[in-house]
Amino acid sequence: MVNKTLQRVRRIRPGRLLQDTLHGLWMRLTLALVMLLPVLLFAGMYYKSSMLLQTNSLLELIFSGEWKPMSGKFGFYPFIISSLWVTVVALLLAAPICLLTTIHLTQYARRWVLRVMHPVIDILAGIPSVIYGVFGILVVVPAIADYIGPVFGKQISGYSILAGAVVLAIMIIPFILNILIEIFKNIPDELAEASLALGATKWQTIKLVLIKKALPGIIAAFGLGMSRAFGETIAVLMVVGNVTRVPTGIFQPGYPLPALIANNYGEMLSIPLYDSALMLAALILFVVVLLFNFASRLIIIQSEKRVA
Amino acid sequence: MDGIKISIENLNLYFGKQHVLKNIDAQIPTNKITVIMGPSGCGKTTLMKSLNRLTDLNPDAHVSGSIFIDGEDILQTKDDITLIRKKMGLLAQRPYPLPMSIYNNIAYGLRISGRRKKKVLDRRVEHYLRQVSLWEEVKDRLKEPAGRLSIGQQQRLCLARGLAVGPEIILADEPTSALDPISSQAIEAQFNILKKNYTIVLVTHILRQARRLADHVIFMYLGEVIEQGSAAQVFENPQQEMTKSYLKGMFY
Amino acid sequence: MKWKPKNAEEGFFRVLMFFSTVIIVVALLMIIISILYKGLPALSWAMISQVPAGGFYFGREGGILNAIVGSLYLAGGATLLATLIGLPLALYINVHLVCHKRLVNGIRFVLDLLWGIPSIVYGAFGFAIMSYFGIRVSLLAGIITVALLIVPIMVRAMDEALKVVPHGLLESSLSLGSTRAETAYRVFFRQCLPGLSTAVLLSFGRAIGDAASILFTAGFTDYIPTSLNQPTATLPLAIFFQLSSPIPQVQERAYASAVVLVFIILVVSILARIMSNRYQKNKINF
Repeated sequence: MVNKTLQRVRRIRPGRLLQDTLHGLWMRLTLALVMLLPVLLFAGMYYKSSMLLQTNSLLELIFSGEWKPMSGKFGFYPFIISSLWVTVVALLLAAPICLLTTIHLTQYARRWVLRVMHPVIDILAGIPSVIYGVFGILVVVPAIADYIGPVFGKQISGYSILAGAVVLAIMIIPFILNILIEIFKNIPDELAEASLALGATKWQTIKLVLIKKALPGIIAAFGLGMSRAFGETIAVLMVVGNVTRVPTGIFQPGYPLPALIANNYGEMLSIPLYDSALMLAALILFVVVLLFNFASRLIIIQSEKRVA
Repeated sequence: MDGIKISIENLNLYFGKQHVLKNIDAQIPTNKITVIMGPSGCGKTTLMKSLNRLTDLNPDAHVSGSIFIDGEDILQTKDDITLIRKKMGLLAQRPYPLPMSIYNNIAYGLRISGRRKKKVLDRRVEHYLRQVSLWEEVKDRLKEPAGRLSIGQQQRLCLARGLAVGPEIILADEPTSALDPISSQAIEAQFNILKKNYTIVLVTHILRQARRLADHVIFMYLGEVIEQGSAAQVFENPQQEMTKSYLKGMFY
Repeated sequence: MKWKPKNAEEGFFRVLMFFSTVIIVVALLMIIISILYKGLPALSWAMISQVPAGGFYFGREGGILNAIVGSLYLAGGATLLATLIGLPLALYINVHLVCHKRLVNGIRFVLDLLWGIPSIVYGAFGFAIMSYFGIRVSLLAGIITVALLIVPIMVRAMDEALKVVPHGLLESSLSLGSTRAETAYRVFFRQCLPGLSTAVLLSFGRAIGDAASILFTAGFTDYIPTSLNQPTATLPLAIFFQLSSPIPQVQERAYASAVVLVFIILVVSILARIMSNRYQKNKINF
């Protein structure tokens, strides 16, 4: 009996074995595809934008304000500055709301509030960006033109950096909120209990212990929110005005990078460098967002490690 | 049959740099209950998992030595790993029923090894459920999800499921630790019946359970086998100081 | 409200916190109400049952059936393709690689990075690839682009469901003599069916709502596509294009289209909830 088993290598039914092998192969293939995707994205866009980079230096392109595609002048400065304006203003609007709401929901709120807020956050997160754009045109733009502008003594159309930022802020709120709530929930209860046991009030505990503990996570959540805002296209494009000029205030129209790509791509292929320039815009967007995400995710991982 | 079913020779196992099993030499007799006992963290579970090579799952695990089952070294074999595992039914610390009906929990193992005829499946399912005395309790709700059974019933279902694959060995890793006393008794009673046809390896840190069930004992401490032998010998006349103090309840 | 603040500072901040929470609810209500208010009056049976007739974009007859069906085709196709890639990948991470902790964390990290990449970048990339290979805008090109966009979202959502499966279930399944693939597709798949189906529907919702990635890849047409090689209209772009028209009737149709899109998204998310409850049946609560 022993000899017989030693002589022959036993295998499970060939059908099952084949199935297992094929599944394993396909699984590995999907993994390879997805892991290579960022490299592919970078390579594809770099290849397309290299034509423009051959004749112009990157720094020159970024800091030049002259955008005249017909005569081959591609200065990204106005677009980059517009992007920064809408992104930063959106974050300034969203950040305090997110932080305050998170503390409210995780520390003070009653059960029914949570039961209401969970679906509210989910629905907000699920609304497509074009709907946010429609909302911007219906509500935000007129509100700025008719109420907010006049308060500051401005006669404006409402299509402005501020309109883009408000719409963006609402869009990134559910996104940031979900991360923040997760971070606050991950703080062990013992920490707060220890502080309370030392005689601190609840508010002192929140202010001095919880927020301090969560600070890296809070910064990272804002970083992720910012990068989301930086890349958002359609909703911003619909309300921001799209004027090629370096904006100097929130009531002026702007023309962020994603809007530039969306508005012009696919149309101007007759000018080869134009195509290349728009791809460079996409590449800049990609790299900036990737770096922001990278740093933020790293901070979150580090702070999770410290908690654990 | 009074042979040796499993023979472990010079087995060493590392998790990374941690030396978990040290020069293990042990024999497990055929159709007996062999109890591996020792304080928690001594490598009992790891030793048991290396028997059906679940230790392969851990990429940091590094194994050397031999484990002969029926004279064949399963660490060196070219046979398919799933066939080795099929030879051994596993009963874990707590029941892990499959996410499907009671019936399909038993039929699952039969189906994947190619038995698909409804009649055959029906007969087998009933047979194995009877074998663990679960049939009367569940015969009217075979289509119900297994998750609805009580924990004790789930563990017996897991035992039946393991038997249905047709193993020769049953590996049980503290199988009663999550159960109430009555279900524990039921499982222990099963073991005493099953040992007529199966070689049972039972890991436990409950001394009384070891005394109740063991035919053969392997006592481990800090990754080493301190003492092994027949239950009578180890319990009544231990040779090592360590074993003596463990049996007196000096440490757990 | 019953609370009594211990000091003025806490009281002040609690009022702020309360208002922040209210602002979020109000924002959602305003979005829904403004869209319904403008869109419902313009919505008619003809809008959702007809394709655009001649002069539709000057305010004459027709509807947006082309965009509705196109969007369902596109999102359906993309979700299907993404599931073919995402499900095996998610299972692979949690069944085959489960003990390679660092590798799995690395993969999750890359997925999170991919999730953050803006859809316009996918759109531009898709277009670049298409022009390189000489492919014209089409339903297929749109499906592939959107699938790439939603794969990371889907995998991470599936991953969340799969990673809580206890290790013992994996060991049990292997001990019964299952292969890895059988463990993945028969055991883990069934155990996580609620979470997996939610992940698929979530991705569908993301796919049907995205505009920037299909702007240059799926094109736009007045007809319902009959093959993968034809361009297709989509709801988000229909809304976008109609809204940029100066003609009021056309703008109103954009609002009506927005109602349709919101309706679809809501149905999908409700469906997600129902499905996740329904498939709960066989799940073992460890």
